[in-house]
Amino acid sequence: MLDANVAGSPLLVVENLKVHFPVMSGTVFQKQVASVKAVDGVSFTLNRGETLGLVGESGCGKSTTGLAVLRMLDITGGRVVFDGQDITRHDRAAMRPIRKRMQMVYQDPFGSLNPRMKVVDLIAEPMIVHDILPNRSARSDRARELLALVGLRPDMADRYIHEFSGGQRQRIGVARALAMSPELLICDEPVSALDVSIQAQIVNLFQDLQQSLGLTYVFVAHDLAVVRHISDRIAVMYLGRIVEIADRETLYKRPQHPYTQALLAAVPIPDPEIEATRPQIAVTGEVPSALRPPPGCRFHTRCPRATDVCKTEEPVLRDLGGGQMVSCHHV
Amino acid sequence: MSAATDTVALAPRQRGPVATFFIRLIREKPLGAIGAAIFLVFLFCGVFADYLAPYGVNQISPANRLKPPSARFWLGTDHLGRDMLSRILYGAQLSVIIGFAAATLATVISVLLGIVTGYLGGKVDLIVQRLVDAWMSFPELIILIVVVSVLGPGMVQVIFVLGLTFGIGGSRIIRGAVVSVREQMYVHSAQSMGAGTPRILLQHILPNVLPPVIVLFTTRVGAVILVESGLSFLGFGVPPPAPTWGGMLSGTGRTYMYLAPWLALAPGLCLTLVVYGINVLGDAMRDLLDPRMRGSR
Ligand SMILES: Nc1ncnc2c1ncn2[C@@H]1O[C@H](COP(=O)(O)OP(=O)(O)OP(=O)(O)O)[C@@H](O)[C@H]1O
Ligand code: SF4
Ligand SMILES: [Mg+2]
Repeated sequence: MLDANVAGSPLLVVENLKVHFPVMSGTVFQKQVASVKAVDGVSFTLNRGETLGLVGESGCGKSTTGLAVLRMLDITGGRVVFDGQDITRHDRAAMRPIRKRMQMVYQDPFGSLNPRMKVVDLIAEPMIVHDILPNRSARSDRARELLALVGLRPDMADRYIHEFSGGQRQRIGVARALAMSPELLICDEPVSALDVSIQAQIVNLFQDLQQSLGLTYVFVAHDLAVVRHISDRIAVMYLGRIVEIADRETLYKRPQHPYTQALLAAVPIPDPEIEATRPQIAVTGEVPSALRPPPGCRFHTRCPRATDVCKTEEPVLRDLGGGQMVSCHHV
Repeated sequence: MSAATDTVALAPRQRGPVATFFIRLIREKPLGAIGAAIFLVFLFCGVFADYLAPYGVNQISPANRLKPPSARFWLGTDHLGRDMLSRILYGAQLSVIIGFAAATLATVISVLLGIVTGYLGGKVDLIVQRLVDAWMSFPELIILIVVVSVLGPGMVQVIFVLGLTFGIGGSRIIRGAVVSVREQMYVHSAQSMGAGTPRILLQHILPNVLPPVIVLFTTRVGAVILVESGLSFLGFGVPPPAPTWGGMLSGTGRTYMYLAPWLALAPGLCLTLVVYGINVLGDAMRDLLDPRMRGSR
């Protein structure tokens, strides 16, 4: 993947992205009383063919980041640049040609596929929307090809979605996302809803597809175990911010941020010796509300290493060299 | 291309969607098939009343007043000596037409209003919902009285007013269903791949709110026939001597209830049968059109 870094410009650049949801009050004359800072200053760069793992607890803004990149949400601040084009303020019409170049794979393979459409129609829908294949039978052929590509039998095209298992449905969701030959896939916890035994198969599918189609992924997960094998780089999020971002090797071998260390401590290591001797860092308590994030370092309410400076001064992301960036006063 | 032709050639004999639907109805939903049969019988009676009725619809016979059912008058006669069987047959024409037309109009209005306001939300929704409130605060009777006094009494007026009133009231139910479907991830998925609003409404929202639409329609057919009978009773329905079932039930049927119970029984039974038939047919249709119910009973 390193040569992709050298060659060409990055496919996706996210700069200081902010997405705040207004909290309204009043029935007829609504006025904004507060805002949920779901994403509050996120930056990363993604090269073609690369995978960025986006990890963090529930509610830290992973999905919101993904949706903002797809421009399914209004962006409060910062920039999203896709293939050199600033799409931060694009309207519906301007987004249309870009929509087919970036697609989403959803967490819930049960809710994200219309139960009243046949598989063939689900996969053909994006082709109709973007006028890719004007001919019905050509679309049907292509849908069957895509089914084979994601490891299903082409004759499954004529069935309805309720006849499939979770893993099969997720494969159909992937086939649908691939129908327009997109360059970027935002995979929002695509394996979280699946049985553990199926998760590895689906992650392997994503890897195979990346190899053969040269796809670029933003791969969201809520723990570090899932993204381990698929990610080139991993960003750890906490309350709307990236607290640490690094190459996969670096992040797993030398995690620097206390929160990353805590997340890693939660991942079991198959070697009993390392498992027994490694430091145990436990993070207790609830994630504070994104409505009123704590002052200073947002993690200080739960951080085992917190000191006074953490409560008042906000740490900035510092480059530790080798592509590793961490925001913590005590690193 | 050749692969596609091969599959068609290998596939079993193709039937049209309507034929397939009726075959599945009979096989999988026998009760629904009975409902369809009842409805078709009454439709047939209505359409061919001219040929089936043994006597004229308003042919009076003072010598044969209030006769009980007999070989000559199968369903007896009313206080003017008119043959009840003939009047029931002609009544099928009027009541079924009114019930069907007004329920169709009502459903179309409910679906249009419900889908547009439910999906678009925001200010449009707020304004339309307040208008619906305002409309629903008038009893339909008042609206009908106004319309009848302007346009005169008649079938078209009844269909129009009942269709509009039931339609506006029912839009609430459809809107509720649309609001919950709108939040489904498959709608989000279609939006994120760039599908336009018409496509989302027709391909994703409408098929998924079909169950309440069907239930709304089938209950409305019965309700319209019943409300029309109330209106006839007050003189705002289809004016006599037109033989609507509701009119017969609430007019002569009620007056001569003890003296000649057949006058109320015949239209009452027919009304019950048609409403029952349409309801079981509606339930069966709802299940058959749901791919998740394939093969279940
Ligand atoms: N449409 C919205 N309106 C208001 N608040 C929202 C909206 N969407 C998300 N939020 C809030 O923004 C924050 C981040 O949500 P987000 O869905 O991005 O989290 P997440 O990291 O994807 O969590 P999960 O792992 O549960 O999916 C949460 O506090 C959530 O309540
Ligand atoms: S800045 Fe302080 S509170 Fe925040 S992670 Fe570092 S040590 Fe913990
Ligand atoms: Mg999420």
